[in-house]
This record gives sequence, C-alpha cells and structure tokens, in this order.
Amino acid sequence: MANNTFYNEILTEHNIHPTHKHEIEGANFTLEGVNPSCGDDIILSLKVEDDVITDGAYVGDGCAVSQASADMMLDLVIGRTKEEALRLSDIFLRMIKGEITEEEHEELEEAGILQDVSHMPARVKCAVLGWHTMEEMLREGKTGITGTEGF
Amino acid sequence: MTELDLKIKDEFPVLKNRNIVYLDNAATSQKPKSVIDAVKRYYEYDNANPMRGLYELSIDATKDYEKARQTVADFIHAKKKEEIVFTRNATESLNLIAYSYGMHFLRNGDEIIISIMEHHSNLLPWQIVAKNTGAVVKYLECNEEGEIFPEQLEKMMTKRTRMVCLTQISNLFGRENDIKAFAEVAHRHGAVFVCDGAQSVPHIPVDVQDLDVDFLAFSGHKMYGPMGIGALYGKEELLEQMPPFLYGGEMIEYVTRCGATYAQVPHKFEAGTVNAGGAVGLAEAISFINSYGFDIITQREDELTKLAFTEMQSIPHVEIIGSKDYKEHHGIITFVVEGVHPHDVATIFDAHHVAVRAGHHCVQPLHTHLHKMSTTRMSLGFYNNEEDVTAFLEVLKGLRKEMGYGE
Repeated sequence: MANNTFYNEILTEHNIHPTHKHEIEGANFTLEGVNPSCGDDIILSLKVEDDVITDGAYVGDGCAVSQASADMMLDLVIGRTKEEALRLSDIFLRMIKGEITEEEHEELEEAGILQDVSHMPARVKCAVLGWHTMEEMLREGKTGITGTEGF
Repeated sequence: MTELDLKIKDEFPVLKNRNIVYLDNAATSQKPKSVIDAVKRYYEYDNANPMRGLYELSIDATKDYEKARQTVADFIHAKKKEEIVFTRNATESLNLIAYSYGMHFLRNGDEIIISIMEHHSNLLPWQIVAKNTGAVVKYLECNEEGEIFPEQLEKMMTKRTRMVCLTQISNLFGRENDIKAFAEVAHRHGAVFVCDGAQSVPHIPVDVQDLDVDFLAFSGHKMYGPMGIGALYGKEELLEQMPPFLYGGEMIEYVTRCGATYAQVPHKFEAGTVNAGGAVGLAEAISFINSYGFDIITQREDELTKLAFTEMQSIPHVEIIGSKDYKEHHGIITFVVEGVHPHDVATIFDAHHVAVRAGHHCVQPLHTHLHKMSTTRMSLGFYNNEEDVTAFLEVLKGLRKEMGYGE
C-alpha cells in the first residue's frame, strides 16, 4: 500500500529511533508536559549554560507526532541561545496555525514536516506538546514533574 | 456487493455523499433518508409547541410526539407509553435517575454497585450521588475477556446495596452481559436495577419486561435516529415516586407563589419545550429497524464481525481486547497495534478514508484496569458490508509498515 499519509520517513524515524529520548546529567530545567485527553506525556530536560542550551533530552509516552516533534525540536535548539530557541518555537507554533513564510518554514529544518498538522485539528496538541513545554521552561522558568499516572 | 448491501447502503445519504468507510457506529450511527425526511416533514407540516396550544397545529404536534412515545414503548416492550421519558440521550437518562432517584432515596452508607466497564455516563453520576449522599460506589471487576458474572454480584450484595447499574453491551468489549440474571440478583436483595442500553438497543432485541430491569437508558443517535433525542424507560411505580429532575414549563399542575404540584409521569420529567422533531425522527428510526428486523440486523453484524475478527487474529502485532470468540463482540472490535499509538492508528485509517475511533472511549477506569493507555475501536453497523471490512483490514495490515517498521 502506498504511503500517502503524513507519516513520512523523517517522522517515523524520529519516532522509532529518536536521538534525544533518554535521561541527561546536569540538566537545570526539567518540566513535564501532558495532554490528558490523549495521554501524551513527555518530561523535557534542558541544560542551559550562559543562556545557551548545551544539552537537552526527553522521556515519555505518546503518539508518534508528540514524540517525534519533541525529538526534532531538540535537534533544532541544542547549541542555540534561549532567545533563538524561543524565536524558533514561535515560528513552529505559528506554522501549526498556518501563519508562516517560506523562509521561516526553512528555519525549522526537519520540524517543518509537521506543517500538515495545521489541517488536522485533532493532532495539534500532539505536535505542540514539546514546544509548549520548552516555552514554559525558558520563558517562565517553570520546572517540575506532575506525577500523574498518565491516564 | 450483494443486492441487499446495495439496498441498505442506498438508504444512507452520507454513505453516498462522502467517500468513507464508516466504522464508528458505537459512537454514532449514520441516519437513513427516511429519518431525515420524517424530521423535515414534522417541521414542514406539524410544528408547534406540543401540549400547550389549543389549536389544531399544536394538537397535531402533540399527537406526533405522543405517537413517537408509543413507538418507543412498543419497541422495548414497556407496559405503557407513560413509562417512556424522552431525554437528550442515554447520558441524560442516566443523570435523571441519579439526580432524581439517587440523590433523594440514597443515604449515608448505602451502596451502589456498578461494573468497571461502565461508560463514564453510567459511572460519574453515581460517583456524584455517592459524594452528595455519603453512599459508596463498589465496582464489579471484569476479567480480561470482559466477563462479569451474576455470582460475583451475589457475593457483593449487602443489606446496604440500594442500586445496581450495569451496561447491557460494553462499548469496549462488545460483550453482552446477562442482564436478566444480574437484575434477578439485585431484586432478590432489594436493590433497584439500572441498565445502560446505549450499545444494546440498536443491535439486539431488548424486552424490558423480560429482563425485568427497573430502568433502561438509551440514545436515539446510535440507533439511526437524530442526535439530541434519547429515552429513559422506568417502571411506572418508580417514576411516580421520583421527584422531578428539571423544573420549568409544562411539567406542573399548579404553581403558586410558594410552590407547585407536578404533572403526571412522564411529563413531570420533561420540563421545557420538548424535542418533538427528534422524537418523530427516533420513531422513524425504529420503523426503519423494524423494516429489516433484528434477525437480518444481527445476522449481518455477526457475519461482518466474524470476517473482521478472524482476519485480525492472524495479523502480526495486533492484539484484540476482550473475548477470543467473535460471537461475543456484537460488531465492536477494540484493538491495539504494537508500537503504534492509537491516535496514529486512527490518523492513518483516516488517510485511507476509514473512520475508526481512538482513545479511551469514555471508559478510562476500564483502560486502567486492563493496563492500557488507550485503544483503537472499529464498530460495525448493519449497513456495513464485506468491502468495508476488507478496506479496513487492508489498512490494518499495512499500518506498521507505514509507521516505519520494516516488515
């Protein structure tokens, strides 16, 4: 059967063989993000030194969209300043609303493949989970694990 | 497709107007043209506020509405039409029992027994009743096959058990519970028996007198009727004891500055302007079901269940929830695909124009009980056919490959 869904190779590869799905040492930001209605759950950890994200990782459960999106996000933001990460996050969230330029789309690199989610209202929450969690961390300094059962 | 397949499918405009294999019938069914036309006809020829106006049009609207009540009563074999209260859906029917019967007649320390497989609508109202009255909710646990047994209930019954509330067919397992046997146990111990018929009434013959249930709740929209109309059956003597659930217009006899006396059942439970158009649509849906009959309906649904079930059992990485016997599924097959989240499963089905449901299906405690986060469910209606099942199976077979698993 032809693969005519938006689950292309980049997305499925990030889901099945994620680069950043593990624990890291020395993280100074750790925050859990949950979508209670569908059970997506990630714990995002970032190591920020002198305003630069020097390392990052996540653990969690959920659909391919939520997990791959977090993985692609980390690919993009590790090595960047907090400010740049937030700017890219803003572009990503606007992409999901269908409000970005071609240049901005390119800046998102692989994460740009989730553009089609803008036509899939039921999956928006999955795609933005990691990004929202990162924003809350970097913008509001929020940390913590809620300890929900994940149900 | 057989001639009968074509004839049935032809009755459902949505199935012609949209390129879709619709397998989410446990959520809501599609509507035949006859139902849509009946609602239209009501609004084009008979619409006025029923039971109020003293003019011919309102009298006709009242006649339509009460005739629909009789049709519903006959369909589930109620003794008389006054035992049928029109509601919005099964959820409202169950809330009506909880708020009117539960809140007023239960006391601190009383017990309500429900099963772990109950839909949230037959679970949350009882939690609220318990919270408000000091009663306790006890759970009848099912095994992995989705079975519960009357002997289990027998052991749980105490002098304080006042209510037993069970679904006839589980919306996750598709399995039928032996309601007659459960009701007998409940009654022998002096408890009232509530049956959630949302998944059973559209698919199997239900006879409230034979089952001897005190209440039966069901929705019109799952049985080819319009959304926004449902029914509550209650034994007349119980309905008469119960206080109104909602207060307002057309449910009273006399109102003074300091109080009121209420109308007879069922009207005292139908405050405000009723959904007469919906009731007419529901009655037409019943005529539609009767025009085929449950013999044909159950035979078709069982055959399609068998076809889907047998094939699914041989697909690697697919786990079916509940019974290993297709006969216990009544058109509902819930499953998980190893390594693929149910939301991704449903999205891929959607990309192939197959509608299935993913998530917790409003039975979260049951998912916890089964140690599953969420599942995917395909649910058949009798308008489905072999081609629909084949299309479903094709997508399911290729699903892991589409998700990047090399096989």
